[in-house]
Amino acid sequence: MAARVDLWTTLTEPLMRQNPVTLQILGICSALAVTTSLATALTMSVSLTVVLTLSAVAISLIRRHLPDTIRLIVQIVIVASLVIVIDQVLQAYFAEISRALSIYVSLITTNCLVLGRTEAYARHHAPLPAAVDAFGNGLGYSLILLVLGGLRELFGRGQLFGWQVLPLADAGGWFTPLSLMLLAPSAFFLLGGLVWAIRSLLPEQAEAPEHEPPVQTRAVE
Amino acid sequence: MTELWTLFLSAAFVDNMPLTLFLGLCTFLALSKRPESAIGLGIAMMGVLGVTVPLNWLIYQGVLAPGAWSWAGLPELDLSYLALIAFIGVIAASVQLLEMVLDRFFPAIHAAFGSFLPLLTVQCAILAGSLFMVDRSYTLAESAVFGLGSGFGFAIAVAMLGAIRSRLAYADLPNGLRGLGIAFVLTGLMSLGFASFAQMAVSQ
Repeated sequence: MAARVDLWTTLTEPLMRQNPVTLQILGICSALAVTTSLATALTMSVSLTVVLTLSAVAISLIRRHLPDTIRLIVQIVIVASLVIVIDQVLQAYFAEISRALSIYVSLITTNCLVLGRTEAYARHHAPLPAAVDAFGNGLGYSLILLVLGGLRELFGRGQLFGWQVLPLADAGGWFTPLSLMLLAPSAFFLLGGLVWAIRSLLPEQAEAPEHEPPVQTRAVE
Repeated sequence: MTELWTLFLSAAFVDNMPLTLFLGLCTFLALSKRPESAIGLGIAMMGVLGVTVPLNWLIYQGVLAPGAWSWAGLPELDLSYLALIAFIGVIAASVQLLEMVLDRFFPAIHAAFGSFLPLLTVQCAILAGSLFMVDRSYTLAESAVFGLGSGFGFAIAVAMLGAIRSRLAYADLPNGLRGLGIAFVLTGLMSLGFASFAQMAVSQ
Protein backbone atom coordinates (compact mmCIF):
# COMPACT_ATOMS: atom_id res chain seq x y z
CA MET A 1 0.00 0.00 0.00
CA ALA A 2 2.78 2.37 0.96
CA ALA A 3 4.49 1.72 -2.35
CA ARG A 4 1.34 2.67 -4.21
CA VAL A 5 0.99 5.95 -2.30
CA ASP A 6 4.64 6.64 -3.12
CA LEU A 7 4.09 6.13 -6.83
CA TRP A 8 1.03 8.37 -6.69
CA THR A 9 3.02 11.24 -5.13
CA THR A 10 5.81 10.69 -7.64
CA LEU A 11 3.23 11.10 -10.38
CA THR A 12 1.33 14.10 -8.99
CA GLU A 13 4.16 16.05 -7.41
CA PRO A 14 5.54 17.44 -10.73
CA LEU A 15 2.09 18.65 -11.82
CA MET A 16 2.09 21.73 -9.62
CA ARG A 17 4.39 21.58 -6.59
CA GLN A 18 7.51 20.50 -8.49
CA ASN A 19 6.47 21.65 -11.94
CA PRO A 20 9.41 21.19 -14.33
CA VAL A 21 8.85 24.44 -16.22
CA THR A 22 7.92 26.92 -13.52
CA LEU A 23 10.01 25.63 -10.61
CA GLN A 24 12.88 23.55 -11.94
CA ILE A 25 13.53 25.86 -14.97
CA LEU A 26 13.76 22.87 -17.31
CA GLY A 27 12.58 22.74 -20.90
CA ILE A 28 11.58 26.36 -21.28
CA CYS A 29 12.79 26.86 -24.85
CA SER A 30 10.28 24.55 -26.46
CA ALA A 31 7.53 25.54 -24.00
CA LEU A 32 7.53 29.04 -25.42
CA ALA A 33 8.27 28.41 -29.06
CA VAL A 34 5.48 25.98 -29.91
CA THR A 35 2.60 27.52 -28.00
CA THR A 36 1.17 29.78 -30.69
CA SER A 37 -1.67 27.29 -31.13
CA LEU A 38 -3.21 24.50 -29.10
CA ALA A 39 -2.65 21.82 -31.76
CA THR A 40 1.14 22.31 -31.94
CA ALA A 41 1.31 22.55 -28.14
CA LEU A 42 -0.53 19.24 -27.81
CA THR A 43 1.69 17.50 -30.39
CA MET A 44 4.80 18.76 -28.65
CA SER A 45 3.52 17.68 -25.22
CA VAL A 46 2.73 14.16 -26.42
CA SER A 47 6.09 13.81 -28.22
CA LEU A 48 8.03 15.03 -25.22
CA THR A 49 6.13 12.82 -22.75
CA VAL A 50 6.74 9.75 -24.93
CA VAL A 51 10.45 10.48 -25.36
CA LEU A 52 10.86 11.29 -21.68
CA THR A 53 9.13 8.14 -20.43
CA LEU A 54 10.85 5.77 -22.86
CA SER A 55 14.31 7.20 -22.27
CA ALA A 56 13.81 7.08 -18.50
CA VAL A 57 12.91 3.40 -18.72
CA ALA A 58 15.83 2.65 -21.04
CA ILE A 59 18.36 4.40 -18.85
CA SER A 60 16.94 2.95 -15.67
CA LEU A 61 17.28 -0.55 -17.16
CA ILE A 62 20.99 -0.12 -17.90
CA ARG A 63 21.78 1.96 -14.81
CA ARG A 64 23.90 -0.74 -13.18
CA HIS A 65 26.06 -1.27 -16.29
CA LEU A 66 26.63 2.36 -17.14
CA PRO A 67 30.09 3.75 -16.29
CA ASP A 68 29.90 7.23 -14.82
CA THR A 69 32.44 8.77 -17.17
CA ILE A 70 30.55 8.14 -20.41
CA ARG A 71 26.99 8.31 -19.10
CA LEU A 72 26.20 11.71 -20.65
CA ILE A 73 27.09 10.54 -24.14
CA VAL A 74 25.13 7.31 -23.72
CA GLN A 75 22.08 9.19 -22.45
CA ILE A 76 22.21 11.69 -25.32
CA VAL A 77 22.51 8.92 -27.89
CA ILE A 78 19.49 7.09 -26.43
CA VAL A 79 17.43 10.29 -26.38
CA ALA A 80 18.53 11.28 -29.90
CA SER A 81 17.54 7.87 -31.30
CA LEU A 82 14.07 8.13 -29.74
CA VAL A 83 13.67 11.67 -31.07
CA ILE A 84 14.58 10.55 -34.59
CA VAL A 85 11.84 7.91 -34.39
CA ILE A 86 9.25 10.44 -33.20
CA ASP A 87 10.32 12.92 -35.86
CA GLN A 88 9.96 10.35 -38.63
CA VAL A 89 6.52 9.28 -37.33
CA LEU A 90 5.33 12.90 -37.26
CA GLN A 91 6.65 13.54 -40.76
CA ALA A 92 4.89 10.43 -42.03
CA TYR A 93 1.46 10.85 -40.43
CA PHE A 94 1.13 14.52 -39.39
CA ALA A 95 3.07 16.32 -42.13
CA GLU A 96 1.37 19.68 -41.56
CA ILE A 97 1.98 19.85 -37.81
CA SER A 98 5.51 18.56 -38.33
CA ARG A 99 6.19 21.54 -40.62
CA ALA A 100 4.72 23.96 -38.07
CA LEU A 101 6.97 22.57 -35.34
CA SER A 102 9.99 22.75 -37.72
CA ILE A 103 13.20 22.05 -35.82
CA TYR A 104 11.68 22.09 -32.34
CA VAL A 105 10.93 18.36 -32.43
CA SER A 106 14.60 17.62 -33.08
CA LEU A 107 15.45 19.98 -30.27
CA ILE A 108 13.76 17.64 -27.76
CA THR A 109 17.20 15.97 -27.82
CA THR A 110 18.76 18.89 -26.02
CA ASN A 111 15.68 19.69 -23.96
CA CYS A 112 17.09 20.06 -20.49
CA LEU A 113 13.97 18.41 -19.08
CA VAL A 114 14.79 15.00 -20.60
CA LEU A 115 18.44 15.00 -19.59
CA GLY A 116 17.62 16.58 -16.24
CA ARG A 117 15.16 13.86 -15.23
CA THR A 118 17.27 10.96 -16.48
CA GLU A 119 20.28 12.41 -14.71
CA ALA A 120 18.50 13.26 -11.45
CA TYR A 121 16.02 10.40 -11.10
CA ALA A 122 16.11 7.55 -13.61
CA ARG A 123 19.81 6.89 -13.00
CA HIS A 124 19.17 5.88 -9.37
CA HIS A 125 15.74 4.22 -9.49
CA ALA A 126 14.10 1.04 -10.76
CA PRO A 127 12.30 1.16 -14.13
CA LEU A 128 8.74 1.50 -12.73
CA PRO A 129 9.27 4.54 -10.47
CA ALA A 130 11.49 6.07 -13.14
CA ALA A 131 8.74 5.70 -15.73
CA VAL A 132 6.14 7.15 -13.34
CA ASP A 133 8.37 10.10 -12.48
CA ALA A 134 9.10 10.77 -16.16
CA PHE A 135 5.41 10.52 -17.04
CA GLY A 136 4.48 12.91 -14.23
CA ASN A 137 7.06 15.43 -15.35
CA GLY A 138 5.82 15.07 -18.91
CA LEU A 139 2.29 15.80 -17.69
CA GLY A 140 3.46 18.84 -15.71
CA TYR A 141 5.21 20.16 -18.81
CA SER A 142 2.13 19.44 -20.93
CA LEU A 143 -0.09 21.29 -18.46
CA ILE A 144 1.94 24.50 -18.81
CA LEU A 145 2.15 24.11 -22.58
CA LEU A 146 -1.60 23.61 -22.97
CA VAL A 147 -2.46 26.56 -20.72
CA LEU A 148 -0.08 28.83 -22.66
CA GLY A 149 -1.15 27.47 -26.06
CA GLY A 150 -4.85 27.81 -25.17
CA LEU A 151 -4.49 31.40 -23.95
CA ARG A 152 -2.40 32.49 -26.91
CA GLU A 153 -4.64 30.89 -29.51
CA LEU A 154 -7.84 32.11 -27.82
CA PHE A 155 -6.76 35.74 -27.54
CA GLY A 156 -4.52 35.85 -30.62
CA ARG A 157 -6.98 34.36 -33.10
CA GLY A 158 -10.22 33.80 -31.18
CA GLN A 159 -9.90 30.07 -31.87
CA LEU A 160 -9.37 26.84 -29.99
CA PHE A 161 -7.92 23.88 -31.93
CA GLY A 162 -8.68 25.89 -35.09
CA TRP A 163 -12.40 26.26 -34.24
CA GLN A 164 -13.68 29.83 -34.09
CA VAL A 165 -14.76 30.32 -30.45
CA LEU A 166 -14.98 34.10 -30.25
CA PRO A 167 -16.70 35.74 -33.27
CA LEU A 168 -14.22 38.02 -35.06
CA ALA A 169 -14.99 41.69 -35.64
CA ASP A 170 -14.13 41.24 -39.34
CA ALA A 171 -16.83 38.60 -39.67
CA GLY A 172 -19.56 40.58 -37.91
CA GLY A 173 -18.72 39.53 -34.32
CA TRP A 174 -17.25 41.62 -31.52
CA PHE A 175 -13.76 40.16 -30.94
CA THR A 176 -10.68 41.96 -32.27
CA PRO A 177 -7.68 39.57 -32.22
CA LEU A 178 -4.65 40.67 -30.23
CA SER A 179 -1.89 39.88 -32.67
CA LEU A 180 0.69 40.59 -29.96
CA MET A 181 -0.37 37.28 -28.40
CA LEU A 182 1.09 35.42 -31.38
CA LEU A 183 4.47 37.19 -31.15
CA ALA A 184 7.46 36.23 -29.03
CA PRO A 185 7.20 38.81 -26.19
CA SER A 186 3.72 37.78 -25.06
CA ALA A 187 4.93 34.22 -24.43
CA PHE A 188 7.46 35.58 -21.94
CA PHE A 189 4.87 37.81 -20.27
CA LEU A 190 2.31 35.01 -19.97
CA LEU A 191 4.82 32.55 -18.53
CA GLY A 192 6.10 35.21 -16.13
CA GLY A 193 2.53 35.84 -15.00
CA LEU A 194 1.90 32.10 -14.65
CA VAL A 195 5.01 31.73 -12.47
CA TRP A 196 3.79 34.64 -10.37
CA ALA A 197 0.33 33.11 -9.99
CA ILE A 198 1.64 29.66 -9.00
CA ARG A 199 4.09 31.13 -6.52
CA SER A 200 1.40 33.28 -4.96
CA LEU A 201 -0.74 30.18 -4.45
CA LEU A 202 2.20 28.17 -3.10
CA PRO A 203 4.33 30.72 -1.25
CA GLU A 204 6.99 28.16 -0.30
CA GLN A 205 8.17 28.25 -3.94
CA ALA A 206 9.11 31.95 -3.82
CA GLU A 207 12.83 32.66 -4.06
CA ALA A 208 14.57 34.31 -1.12
CA PRO A 209 15.65 37.91 -1.71
CA GLU A 210 19.36 38.32 -2.45
CA HIS A 211 19.63 41.50 -0.43
CA GLU A 212 17.62 42.52 2.60
CA PRO A 213 16.46 46.13 2.33
CA PRO A 214 18.62 48.34 4.59
CA VAL A 215 17.13 48.83 8.03
CA GLN A 216 16.25 52.40 8.89
CA THR A 217 18.37 53.25 11.90
CA ARG A 218 17.93 57.03 11.97
CA ALA A 219 14.54 56.87 13.69
CA VAL A 220 16.14 55.13 16.69
CA GLU A 221 18.74 57.82 17.27
CA MET B 1 30.75 40.45 -48.94
CA THR B 2 27.81 42.75 -48.18
CA GLU B 3 25.55 39.71 -48.27
CA LEU B 4 27.62 38.03 -45.58
CA TRP B 5 27.47 41.18 -43.47
CA THR B 6 23.68 41.28 -43.85
CA LEU B 7 23.50 37.64 -42.80
CA PHE B 8 25.63 38.41 -39.75
CA LEU B 9 23.37 41.28 -38.72
CA SER B 10 20.17 39.36 -39.28
CA ALA B 11 21.48 36.33 -37.34
CA ALA B 12 22.56 38.57 -34.47
CA PHE B 13 19.58 40.92 -34.22
CA VAL B 14 16.56 40.01 -36.36
CA ASP B 15 16.63 36.28 -35.56
CA ASN B 16 18.12 36.71 -32.12
CA MET B 17 18.40 33.22 -30.61
CA PRO B 18 17.02 33.67 -27.09
CA LEU B 19 14.71 36.62 -27.64
CA THR B 20 12.93 35.86 -30.92
CA LEU B 21 13.44 32.13 -31.41
CA PHE B 22 13.31 31.04 -27.74
CA LEU B 23 16.51 29.02 -28.05
CA GLY B 24 18.95 28.39 -25.25
CA LEU B 25 16.67 29.90 -22.65
CA CYS B 26 17.61 27.53 -19.84
CA THR B 27 21.22 28.73 -19.64
CA PHE B 28 20.12 32.22 -20.67
CA LEU B 29 18.01 32.52 -17.51
CA ALA B 30 20.17 30.43 -15.21
CA LEU B 31 23.50 32.19 -15.82
CA SER B 32 22.38 35.81 -16.16
CA LYS B 33 22.21 36.68 -12.46
CA ARG B 34 25.66 38.31 -12.58
CA PRO B 35 27.10 40.34 -15.48
CA GLU B 36 30.51 38.58 -15.27
CA SER B 37 29.10 35.09 -15.70
CA ALA B 38 26.76 36.39 -18.41
CA ILE B 39 29.67 37.77 -20.44
CA GLY B 40 31.65 34.55 -19.99
CA LEU B 41 28.70 32.54 -21.27
CA GLY B 42 28.31 34.92 -24.23
CA ILE B 43 31.95 34.54 -25.31
CA ALA B 44 31.80 30.77 -24.94
CA MET B 45 28.64 30.67 -27.08
CA MET B 46 30.31 32.69 -29.86
CA GLY B 47 33.32 30.39 -29.89
CA VAL B 48 31.35 27.16 -29.89
CA LEU B 49 28.76 28.26 -32.46
CA GLY B 50 31.46 29.68 -34.75
CA VAL B 51 33.28 26.33 -34.71
CA THR B 52 30.47 23.77 -34.72
CA VAL B 53 28.22 25.18 -37.45
CA PRO B 54 30.86 25.13 -40.24
CA LEU B 55 32.19 21.78 -38.96
CA ASN B 56 28.72 20.27 -39.10
CA TRP B 57 28.30 21.72 -42.59
CA LEU B 58 31.37 19.80 -43.75
CA ILE B 59 30.09 16.58 -42.18
CA TYR B 60 26.57 17.00 -43.52
CA GLN B 61 27.66 17.80 -47.07
CA GLY B 62 30.46 15.22 -47.11
CA VAL B 63 28.76 12.24 -45.50
CA LEU B 64 25.07 12.64 -44.76
CA ALA B 65 23.41 14.69 -47.52
CA PRO B 66 21.39 12.84 -50.20
CA GLY B 67 23.83 11.91 -52.97
CA ALA B 68 26.96 12.48 -50.89
CA TRP B 69 28.08 8.90 -51.58
CA SER B 70 27.62 9.05 -55.35
CA TRP B 71 31.42 8.89 -55.86
CA ALA B 72 31.32 5.45 -54.24
CA GLY B 73 28.58 4.27 -56.58
CA LEU B 74 25.73 4.79 -54.11
CA PRO B 75 23.88 7.85 -55.49
CA GLU B 76 20.58 6.93 -53.81
CA LEU B 77 21.97 6.66 -50.30
CA ASP B 78 20.32 9.29 -48.09
CA LEU B 79 21.66 9.40 -44.55
CA SER B 80 20.19 12.77 -43.64
CA TYR B 81 18.01 11.23 -40.93
CA LEU B 82 21.21 10.53 -38.99
CA ALA B 83 22.02 14.25 -38.89
CA LEU B 84 20.76 14.69 -35.34
CA ILE B 85 23.06 12.08 -33.80
CA ALA B 86 26.01 13.21 -35.90
CA PHE B 87 25.54 16.86 -34.92
CA ILE B 88 25.24 16.11 -31.22
CA GLY B 89 28.40 14.00 -31.41
CA VAL B 90 30.31 16.76 -33.19
CA ILE B 91 29.12 19.35 -30.70
CA ALA B 92 30.05 17.24 -27.67
CA ALA B 93 33.46 16.47 -29.15
CA SER B 94 34.28 20.03 -30.17
CA VAL B 95 33.19 21.44 -26.82
CA GLN B 96 35.53 18.97 -25.14
CA LEU B 97 38.34 19.84 -27.58
CA LEU B 98 37.83 23.57 -27.15
CA GLU B 99 38.06 23.15 -23.40
CA MET B 100 41.31 21.19 -23.69
CA VAL B 101 42.87 23.69 -26.13
CA LEU B 102 41.94 26.64 -23.93
CA ASP B 103 43.27 24.89 -20.86
CA ARG B 104 46.60 24.20 -22.58
CA PHE B 105 47.26 27.47 -24.40
CA PHE B 106 45.09 30.15 -22.78
CA PRO B 107 44.79 29.23 -19.11
CA ALA B 108 43.57 32.73 -18.20
CA ILE B 109 40.58 32.51 -20.54
CA HIS B 110 39.91 28.96 -19.43
CA ALA B 111 39.82 30.02 -15.81
CA ALA B 112 37.42 32.84 -16.67
CA PHE B 113 34.70 30.84 -18.38
CA GLY B 114 35.88 27.25 -18.55
CA SER B 115 33.17 26.04 -16.21
CA PHE B 116 30.43 27.00 -18.68
CA LEU B 117 31.83 25.01 -21.54
CA PRO B 118 30.57 21.52 -20.60
CA LEU B 119 27.07 22.97 -20.14
CA LEU B 120 27.01 24.05 -23.75
CA THR B 121 26.83 20.46 -25.02
CA VAL B 122 23.15 20.32 -24.16
CA GLN B 123 22.39 23.88 -25.16
CA CYS B 124 19.53 23.92 -27.63
CA ALA B 125 20.77 27.09 -29.33
CA ILE B 126 23.94 25.34 -30.48
CA LEU B 127 22.16 22.31 -31.90
CA ALA B 128 19.61 24.66 -33.47
CA GLY B 129 22.41 26.57 -35.23
CA SER B 130 23.41 23.40 -37.06
CA LEU B 131 19.82 22.37 -37.79
CA PHE B 132 18.98 25.81 -39.24
CA MET B 133 22.11 25.59 -41.37
CA VAL B 134 20.73 22.42 -43.00
CA ASP B 135 17.19 23.79 -43.16
CA ARG B 136 18.21 26.97 -44.99
CA SER B 137 20.94 25.28 -47.12
CA TYR B 138 23.75 27.72 -46.41
CA THR B 139 27.19 27.54 -48.08
CA LEU B 140 30.33 26.98 -46.01
CA ALA B 141 31.15 30.71 -45.71
CA GLU B 142 27.55 31.54 -44.91
CA SER B 143 27.35 28.90 -42.20
CA ALA B 144 30.50 30.22 -40.51
CA VAL B 145 29.14 33.78 -40.58
CA PHE B 146 25.74 32.56 -39.37
CA GLY B 147 27.33 30.72 -36.43
CA LEU B 148 29.37 33.74 -35.36
CA GLY B 149 26.42 36.09 -35.80
CA SER B 150 24.05 33.99 -33.71
CA GLY B 151 26.67 33.66 -31.00
CA PHE B 152 27.21 37.42 -31.04
CA GLY B 153 23.47 38.06 -30.72
CA PHE B 154 23.24 35.62 -27.81
CA ALA B 155 26.22 37.29 -26.11
CA ILE B 156 24.67 40.77 -26.39
CA ALA B 157 21.29 39.62 -25.10
CA VAL B 158 22.67 37.70 -22.14
CA ALA B 159 25.06 40.51 -21.16
CA MET B 160 22.19 43.02 -21.22
CA LEU B 161 19.92 40.79 -19.13
CA GLY B 162 22.77 40.17 -16.66
CA ALA B 163 23.31 43.91 -16.25
CA ILE B 164 19.61 44.57 -15.62
CA ARG B 165 19.22 41.69 -13.18
CA SER B 166 22.24 42.74 -11.12
CA ARG B 167 20.59 46.16 -10.62
CA LEU B 168 17.25 44.56 -9.79
CA ALA B 169 18.83 42.56 -6.96
CA TYR B 170 18.22 45.62 -4.80
CA ALA B 171 14.61 46.17 -5.91
CA ASP B 172 11.70 45.39 -3.63
CA LEU B 173 9.63 42.99 -5.72
CA PRO B 174 6.47 41.06 -4.81
CA ASN B 175 7.41 37.69 -3.31
CA GLY B 176 6.02 35.53 -6.10
CA LEU B 177 7.66 37.56 -8.83
CA ARG B 178 11.16 37.44 -7.39
CA GLY B 179 13.78 35.54 -9.38
CA LEU B 180 12.32 33.55 -12.25
CA GLY B 181 9.11 35.54 -12.65
CA ILE B 182 10.76 38.93 -13.07
CA ALA B 183 13.40 37.39 -15.34
CA PHE B 184 10.62 36.30 -17.71
CA VAL B 185 9.00 39.73 -17.69
CA LEU B 186 12.38 41.39 -18.38
CA THR B 187 13.11 38.98 -21.20
CA GLY B 188 9.69 39.77 -22.64
CA LEU B 189 10.42 43.51 -22.58
CA MET B 190 13.82 42.96 -24.22
CA SER B 191 12.20 40.76 -26.81
CA LEU B 192 9.71 43.57 -27.52
CA GLY B 193 12.70 45.86 -28.10
CA PHE B 194 14.44 43.37 -30.37
CA ALA B 195 11.22 42.97 -32.36
CA SER B 196 11.90 46.44 -33.77
CA PHE B 197 15.02 45.07 -35.48
CA ALA B 198 12.70 43.09 -37.73
CA GLN B 199 11.96 46.38 -39.50
CA MET B 200 15.67 46.58 -40.35
CA ALA B 201 15.41 43.52 -42.55
CA VAL B 202 12.39 44.93 -44.38
CA SER B 203 13.93 48.32 -45.13
CA GLN B 204 17.09 46.88 -46.66
